[in-house]
Amino acid sequence: MTTFHDVVVIGGGGAGLRAAIAVAETNPALRVAVVSKVYPMRSHTVSAEGGAAAVAADDDSLDEHAYDTVSGSDWLCDQDAVEAFVAEAPRELLRLEHWGCPWSRQPDGRIAVRAFGGMKKKRTWFAADRTGFHLLHTLFQTALSYSDIVRYDEWYVTKILVDDGRAYGVVAIELATGRIETITASTVIVCTGGCGRVYPFTTNANIKTGDGMALAYRAGAALKDMEFVQYHPTGLPFTGILITEATRAEGGWLLNKDGYRYLQDYDLGTPSPTPVLRSMELGPRDRLSQAFVHEVEKGRTTDTPYGPVVHLDLRHLGAKLIDAKLPFVRELCTNYQNIDPVKELVPVRPVVHYMMGGIHTDIRGATSLEGLYAAGEVACVSINGANRLGSNSLPECLVFGTRAGRAAAVFAGRYRTAVPEAVLAQGRDEERRLSGELARRAEGHERIADIRTEMQTTMENGAGIYRDGDSLAKAEHELAELRLRYQHAAIDDHSTNFNTELIAWLELGFMLDVAESIIACALRREESRGAHQRTDFPARDDDRFLAHSLVRRQPDGTGRVTYLPVTITRWPPGERVYGR
Amino acid sequence: MTVYERPVHLLWWLERRSYLLFVLRELSSVFVAWTVVYLLLLVNAVSDGPASYQRFLDRSGEWWMVAINVIAMLFLLLHVVTWFGLAPRAMVVKARGRRVPPRQIVAAHYFAWLVLSAIVAWLVLR
Amino acid sequence: MADEITLEVARFRPGEDTEPVLQSYQVPLREQWAVLDGLSYIKDHLDGTLSFRWSCRMGICGSCGMTVNGDPQLSCATFLTDYAPGPIRIEPLHNFPVIRDLVVDIGDFMDKLPTVKPWLVRDVHSPLEEGEYLQTPEELEDYQQYSMCINCMLCYSACPVYALDQDFVGPAAIALAQRYNLDSRDEGADERLAVLSSPEGIWSCTFVGECSAACPKGVDPAGAIQRYKLTAATQAIKGLLMPRSRR
Repeated sequence: MTTFHDVVVIGGGGAGLRAAIAVAETNPALRVAVVSKVYPMRSHTVSAEGGAAAVAADDDSLDEHAYDTVSGSDWLCDQDAVEAFVAEAPRELLRLEHWGCPWSRQPDGRIAVRAFGGMKKKRTWFAADRTGFHLLHTLFQTALSYSDIVRYDEWYVTKILVDDGRAYGVVAIELATGRIETITASTVIVCTGGCGRVYPFTTNANIKTGDGMALAYRAGAALKDMEFVQYHPTGLPFTGILITEATRAEGGWLLNKDGYRYLQDYDLGTPSPTPVLRSMELGPRDRLSQAFVHEVEKGRTTDTPYGPVVHLDLRHLGAKLIDAKLPFVRELCTNYQNIDPVKELVPVRPVVHYMMGGIHTDIRGATSLEGLYAAGEVACVSINGANRLGSNSLPECLVFGTRAGRAAAVFAGRYRTAVPEAVLAQGRDEERRLSGELARRAEGHERIADIRTEMQTTMENGAGIYRDGDSLAKAEHELAELRLRYQHAAIDDHSTNFNTELIAWLELGFMLDVAESIIACALRREESRGAHQRTDFPARDDDRFLAHSLVRRQPDGTGRVTYLPVTITRWPPGERVYGR
Repeated sequence: MTVYERPVHLLWWLERRSYLLFVLRELSSVFVAWTVVYLLLLVNAVSDGPASYQRFLDRSGEWWMVAINVIAMLFLLLHVVTWFGLAPRAMVVKARGRRVPPRQIVAAHYFAWLVLSAIVAWLVLR
Repeated sequence: MADEITLEVARFRPGEDTEPVLQSYQVPLREQWAVLDGLSYIKDHLDGTLSFRWSCRMGICGSCGMTVNGDPQLSCATFLTDYAPGPIRIEPLHNFPVIRDLVVDIGDFMDKLPTVKPWLVRDVHSPLEEGEYLQTPEELEDYQQYSMCINCMLCYSACPVYALDQDFVGPAAIALAQRYNLDSRDEGADERLAVLSSPEGIWSCTFVGECSAACPKGVDPAGAIQRYKLTAATQAIKGLLMPRSRR
């Protein structure tokens, strides 16, 4: 079956819903559809806790937000993109307020802001510590008021249709029925979020399997800066549940097994009882996660069945503050760790959290493929460079979701051409392939979960917080083997109704693509910058690598890496200084 | 697509204590209605003169009438207690900008009940 | 502590089964494992054909609602050790059509949700240049509780009224309507009145209270509904007494 929309948005999280609304507002005549593998309010935006950064206070300025972002990125971001981002973020957050987002307030009724890691001023808007949840539900509920936005809930996209260098829609499976449909479109916007699930220990939800990155990569678009994977310094052991940076912004301390605030040993400043911006526990995530590894090497961490941990101390904040500003953290610690942070130390360890890299886009959200746009974590504009600052990702979803939506609407309005027959033929081929897989996979003998687990271990060992040439080469080799085994994976489930095993198999295929591209980029970047720390090349090398990695898929399936210069407007590369 | 719809069991309200309590509370409205009817019968009997009132009293003294009224009173109590329990969730009262705690609202209801009962008792017994 | 526990999981394969059948699996009984971890263990190691929804596994996305030993629960926030020595019976949420195994069709809720207009309604939207709509922390608190709904559907599963009458708008949708009605920035209460005070709205609710007991986020939809009954009744009486004045 075939249907047509002017704009198809893949993914219904923060970026996807914002993009869809932007399309509807830019040109109400356009038919826009949101295709999502989960109901939109289940999207992973829902899990974001701490807040969303945008200049709000009188003592703050756009330049300061930009500088914090640029230095936080270890100068790998594009400064024109950052300038646009910081300029538009306040307006986007304000728009969310006008749509009903329950932002936390000051006593006089104005928006409240809190401190956050790597930020020199208080500029993080928050809705207690459920910011992502409220942001997503506000967007979802607002989107309901646009009756023209068509939703394909629980539809899984398997392919982006491309002809002559231009995207023309997608092929998707309806999970409930197994129906496969070709959904053609003038433009496609990819907003599927990140790929944390290629690693074994992650804050990311089960759905974050890098689908959009792999879809675009296979369609011929370039991926950018894939080697930059953010480890958040504070996740709960075993579950990997995120304990927000806001805990430290409100005054929490990180202690090693001796009760010592160890960050002072890593050039992050000197301890003070109250939080100091851009210092100690409010340093950037890459540096904090790296400090943890050194503490492990020094034997100053505590061993648990789920690996070494340090402790987050919130006890001195008191029940009143915790219940007012960090209620979700208390709920999570109580439910999942059997610990009350008001009275006890919270065990934490670094956990894969965010993908700085993604589909290469320009400042309007356009990818290297005509008619294909991307926004949110799946995209790499780049404002995050080698390390994203906490609370920049939610406004990124909004700012660049809007930008991509607008650009896509203009493109779709201008180029409403008939869908070429070749595209429809591709759709039919994909439909045949998918129906064939169910029968073919019955013959397989490899368990999907086994391959997935080994891939995750490979990634952690090969491209963790610290990596080197040998570990990366080994990972590259292991991934190649896993790729072969993937061809023999079994699908025992032959049903067409809600076949989650088929989806798991398709997701694993996408994750292998993403994993390979991460390794390919990491192997070639012979320097250490932000979240990419090579023990064999411990220094930043601006002469060779002040550039984005671009990886494109070759006909044989391998990735070819090239480099694109970083855009520098006003802040020449310098030293990242925290706490001094 | 064929789906499975779980049939609703005839005795579904026995599945959980809360469901049973809920059905009993729903049932209590019958007894509330009966109490009103009984009261109207009383008023009617009084207005028809002493003989009629005496007949009403005699009938009310019969064992089955006493039984009905005892049961009715139990159901009325259930009705009142659950109704009062619900009050703080239906009413959000603010005093000096602060929300009055639910327990105080419940207490206020019981207090009002006590006062009204006292007034009725005074009217009847003086 | 035994090192294994039995999960009796309801299986329903459309086309094959006419009604769900229980299938038993042995899974490791570990300290931190949620029921969801047990199901994932089955899916990964024992039987890849088992279907269920899950995503965030931190109790905020609302995907993994199931009936655990008869009670509606988020399976990611329900722990195996609390049910030891077992067995644990895991069924799909009640009151919804079952698509497959533990997956239910929530389309009915998704259709009803927009009818209560769960978005901020303003007569005139102020331009962004004028800044935020002011709202004090106290005004925020007036509706905050009702804004915590994660749409997990446990309340619908617990509600006997919804079981008997599928036209009932239901706890979560009404609580969300109240979330906006009580928001100091909203002006849409009149528009929501017709649906909410219809026979399928608040008046269907007989205050069983199970929705609030089931809610994993403390939203108290039952309270929201009773509050709205009081509002609607007050308005109706006002309308009778003063037919000319509108609110």
